[in-house]
Amino acid sequence: MEPLVHAAAYSGYVYPNETVIGWTVLIVVYPYLTGLVAGAFTVSSLYHVFGMQRFKPVAQFALLSSLCLMIFVPMPLLLHLGNPQRAFNAVITPHWTSAFAVFGYAAGFYVVLLLLENWFVFRPHIVQQAQRRNGLLGWFYRALSLGSYDVSEKAMHYDRKWIFALAVTGIPAAHGLHGYVGFVFGSVKSREWWSSDLMPAIFLFSAIISGVALLIALYVLSCRLRKTAVDLECLKGLGFTLWGFLMFTLVLEGVEFGALVYRGREGIDMILEYVTGPLIVPFFILQFGIGSLVPLLLLTYVIWGGTTGRALVIAVTTSAVLVLLAVLMMRWNVVIGGQEIAKTGKGLLSYQPAIFGREGILAAAFVVIAPLALLAVVTRLFPPWGDEAA
Amino acid sequence: MKRETIGGLLARRLFLRKLGGAAAAAGAAGIVQKVVAKSDYAPPPKSFPTADYDWTRHRWAFGVDATKCIGCLRCVEACKRENEVPGDAHHFNTWVERYVYLEGEDKARIDSQHDPANIAASGSEGEYRFADRYKGAKVEKAFFVPKLCNQCTHPACVQVCPTGATYKAKDGVVLIDQKYCIGCQYCVQACPYGARWFNEEKGVTQKCYWCYHRITKGLQPACVEVCPVGARVFGDRNDQQSPISLFIRNNRMRVLKPESGNDPNVYYVGLDKDVV
Repeated sequence: MEPLVHAAAYSGYVYPNETVIGWTVLIVVYPYLTGLVAGAFTVSSLYHVFGMQRFKPVAQFALLSSLCLMIFVPMPLLLHLGNPQRAFNAVITPHWTSAFAVFGYAAGFYVVLLLLENWFVFRPHIVQQAQRRNGLLGWFYRALSLGSYDVSEKAMHYDRKWIFALAVTGIPAAHGLHGYVGFVFGSVKSREWWSSDLMPAIFLFSAIISGVALLIALYVLSCRLRKTAVDLECLKGLGFTLWGFLMFTLVLEGVEFGALVYRGREGIDMILEYVTGPLIVPFFILQFGIGSLVPLLLLTYVIWGGTTGRALVIAVTTSAVLVLLAVLMMRWNVVIGGQEIAKTGKGLLSYQPAIFGREGILAAAFVVIAPLALLAVVTRLFPPWGDEAA
Repeated sequence: MKRETIGGLLARRLFLRKLGGAAAAAGAAGIVQKVVAKSDYAPPPKSFPTADYDWTRHRWAFGVDATKCIGCLRCVEACKRENEVPGDAHHFNTWVERYVYLEGEDKARIDSQHDPANIAASGSEGEYRFADRYKGAKVEKAFFVPKLCNQCTHPACVQVCPTGATYKAKDGVVLIDQKYCIGCQYCVQACPYGARWFNEEKGVTQKCYWCYHRITKGLQPACVEVCPVGARVFGDRNDQQSPISLFIRNNRMRVLKPESGNDPNVYYVGLDKDVV
């Protein structure tokens, strides 16, 4: 049985109530998941809205990924709440001054949007399966077809209009949702480490790179599993996208950190002690060094040198995996880091995550893996790869 | 029996107030009359706050005279008992900080009763004592600062609550509806004073509410009641002669972290630049 209270070790002076770190690894996972959603949706929009043909092989897969991830976004929050059965209080009686009051609506709206867009995109497949299959699966597809079997050119044209409209609406919805998650942290004035106007923008850009990186990794993995060749043009495009947004993210993070240090407001001594001490490995080495600079240099080399073939796949995939690590570390360093710097400005705490229990590492890992497992199932029901869907 | 106890306590406090000065005694007398009147006729509490309590008629405020505090921590103990705060070193509605400047040192050494050295001195997390840890050292300056919820005029905790479970009462106290709180702990993060804590057993946030169950019956908060030196002052600012009105009028006041924009309502005398 896990103890009820996990007290954090500390140095210097911290307020007594601060010794229990309130927002745990689950709150690290929450913005990580929303970020992956926004990033995956970005890629799907590059094809569906901006018509970038090279992203066609992953466009439908990106859309499915967004949906599967989004369904699990509320889960870390629900696991974290002291009274999850009251979660809907925030929706029934939203307290509008709270940065968190709109989350239920925003998330709900976005889930519906993703369901609709996926439905339109996969409608030809649903209709085809509904007509072909018998048994439980046939029943499933027939229910999903909502009684409409019309796949004539006219109907498809109508569907495409809907897909376009939903994809256009989804861009501000996805990015707004994630920028807003950044605001949840950036607007907390009691913590110097969080309180920044750049926080929403940093969250947004890091979200995009994490989503693109996840798609790269999953796409390459799926090609291996399906024993098909990786579409190099598509992968290169994803690599370009990752490279571009990674640059933005790094600049924003650099500017924010520089401004924090340069402003040197009260408590900066403790922040500097923190970043040059406990944060060396998670911040400078993992997030900036291995997670961001290495992939940036690697991608630069690949783009510059015109690398292709197997080397391209390895380089881009490696970069993607490293970026996924960097963004996870960024979430960790923001959420946990903010709480490890005491509000007194005179002390540091050290968060020790629990392994088991509702707020433990295992629960958090489950929340991250569950949407991927769901995605594995869903891609069998709705094959997003052009060849099979046809 | 209960009336006798309250009467005894009041007599003692009245005596102490007299020692404290004629002005303070005059203020206390006002309170005494009210308390006696309330405790004589107040019906047993049916609702919370009490049925006959009108929160539009009060404007509660709290004063701390840090120059008087002796760090005995009776306030912490009384608060823990009165409000059923978990008896460990991680949950406090109120606490006391000790600031010690040693000779030749520029910065204060700060600790509170939750410091391991102080727990070792008291023998348990449920007993509160300041260890005599600077015994051999040359102390240049030292003082204690009691802390509690500031019941801010613009409370950041209320601002961020997604459900409105925590709200500001008309009399100035920030309350939490424990039946409505979802336990997200956003308010815990938002409070710059570290005044809020999470009740893991109930899954809701709690904090000091100036003993609302007592003040709405005309009593003093438990910490004020037990303070042997009058370092804690409480009262109604609508009453010009209340202890708190006199305290605020007769002293130069400071509040904690005014730059946060929270506009706190705990008024301090005797703070120093290192007080956090």
